[in-house]
Amino acid sequence: MRYIEQEKVVRRMNGRMVINRVFQGLFMFATALALLALVILLYRIVSQGAGHLSLDFLTNFASRFPDQAGIKAALVGSIWLMAVVAPTSILLGVGSAIYLEEYAKKGRITSFIQMNISNLAGVPSVVFGLLGLTIFVRALALGNSVLAAGFTMSLLILPVIIVAAQEAIRSVPGELRDASYGMGATKWQTIVRIILPAAIPGILTGSILALSRAIGETAPLIVVGIPVIIQFLPEGVMDTFTALPMQIYDWSSRPQAEFLTVAAAGIIVLMVVLLFMNSIAVFIRNKFDKSY
Amino acid sequence: MNTATIKTKIDTARPVTAEQADKESVYSTRQLNLWYGNNHALKNIDLEIGENEVTAIIGPSGCGKSTYLKTLNRMVELVPSVKTSGEIQYRGRNIFESSYGVEELRTRVGMVFQKPNPFPKSIYDNIAYGPRIHGIKNKKILDEIVEKSLRGAAIWDEVKDRLNENAYGISGGQQQRICIARTLAIEPDVILMDEPTSALDPISTLKIEELVQELKEQYSIIIVTHNMQQAARISDKTAFFLNGEVIEYDRTDTIFSNPADKRTEDYISGRFG
Repeated sequence: MRYIEQEKVVRRMNGRMVINRVFQGLFMFATALALLALVILLYRIVSQGAGHLSLDFLTNFASRFPDQAGIKAALVGSIWLMAVVAPTSILLGVGSAIYLEEYAKKGRITSFIQMNISNLAGVPSVVFGLLGLTIFVRALALGNSVLAAGFTMSLLILPVIIVAAQEAIRSVPGELRDASYGMGATKWQTIVRIILPAAIPGILTGSILALSRAIGETAPLIVVGIPVIIQFLPEGVMDTFTALPMQIYDWSSRPQAEFLTVAAAGIIVLMVVLLFMNSIAVFIRNKFDKSY
Repeated sequence: MNTATIKTKIDTARPVTAEQADKESVYSTRQLNLWYGNNHALKNIDLEIGENEVTAIIGPSGCGKSTYLKTLNRMVELVPSVKTSGEIQYRGRNIFESSYGVEELRTRVGMVFQKPNPFPKSIYDNIAYGPRIHGIKNKKILDEIVEKSLRGAAIWDEVKDRLNENAYGISGGQQQRICIARTLAIEPDVILMDEPTSALDPISTLKIEELVQELKEQYSIIIVTHNMQQAARISDKTAFFLNGEVIEYDRTDTIFSNPADKRTEDYISGRFG
């Protein structure tokens, strides 16, 4: 007695192949749609803004006159911002990840913390802006400085870095830990000498992608009260500043049509910075990639 | 290398001389019980493990043999929810004493794992890892330890020209001998081996078995194995574990030629397991 009749299988084969094809096409269409949106976006921005791009655009401060408007203050301001955000968020994020993965006892409290970190990653950035306004700008009286904005941004991307670092740490094979502990290494020695070196590609890739998000965020900066028009560069972390997305937001909301080209040029600069950061991430991943 | 070589190995390894029978104990296990959560994994274990001997632990999967081995250097405590009772004396001191640091114990008791697990570092750094974590920085001393350990694990000639290459680039059998060398580098007293040849081909297995024979001159070796022929070939004493209990523990030739318990006989003759 056979359960599978060859005749029926053959009869149904055509139908199965059609369905197979249909879904393949559907998924290709979905991918193509996303790509198309990206291409249109890039084309529009580049065709609009390329004409305004010049060395002057990079070295001029903001101006009332569109043809003199430059992005210097915003570009330098964004670099200052990253100089605060990167060390703060990576140190705190990796520290938390190490604690959660290597030290914390697995239990209700840990899984509660874990759940909340994942939830925090989904909180809108405006809310983080309000948090930063309350704590850093007002309570700690840091004002609308690089430091206040940097700490706010660090909080915003901290959950993402923690989760990425945890995953990187978790992917280090348990056999390596066993080998280290088995020779009498302490937990700290094992973390520093075995786990972190093996996890660093994953940690850095995750961190840089999170930083890319921070460099493009506008909402928290608006809430924290970062000005748009600034005719000087910050000289320290306590000075005020402006950032690329703020400047772009301002230009795109001006009534004069010429400022739209300026905004487009600003977006090109922002995208180049983003692309640069992402390529660093790719480079690091490829350079340190080890197969176990 | 073929079965003929392996057979001669069996014959030379078999005889247990009289003085080996009453050597000093390295480990005395008394009334050891261990639970993973509610699972009673080891039940009232009593075992004396002799100095400069090879003690084999055999038994079917899930009988607790690996658990027992990992209890001897307290690696088992890396599993959360483990509870133990009873005591294990190592050189006369209870390893469960709160004042006994696991790091200190694991410096005296090295371990070789089932799957070769070198670090993703150079061969040199793999061997130097143990000495370095114990504070040796002097390059000359490290060089000497690396050479001595690699010679001790019979792999010096194969890797001496590629000490700076990544340990992942060599074969599985060589990796396992690197792991043994890495263990020798901490100058242990006891070496625990958890099925060290189960992931290796027959020729690599033979090399490790020969190595175990040489190492027992200087170290006490406890080896968990799935392979009964291996236990017969290389060990002086054999313990048969079943369902978390020690069914029989005796000299290897007695266990394999004249077992006292019916279950031991059934197991070694291949009737189950």
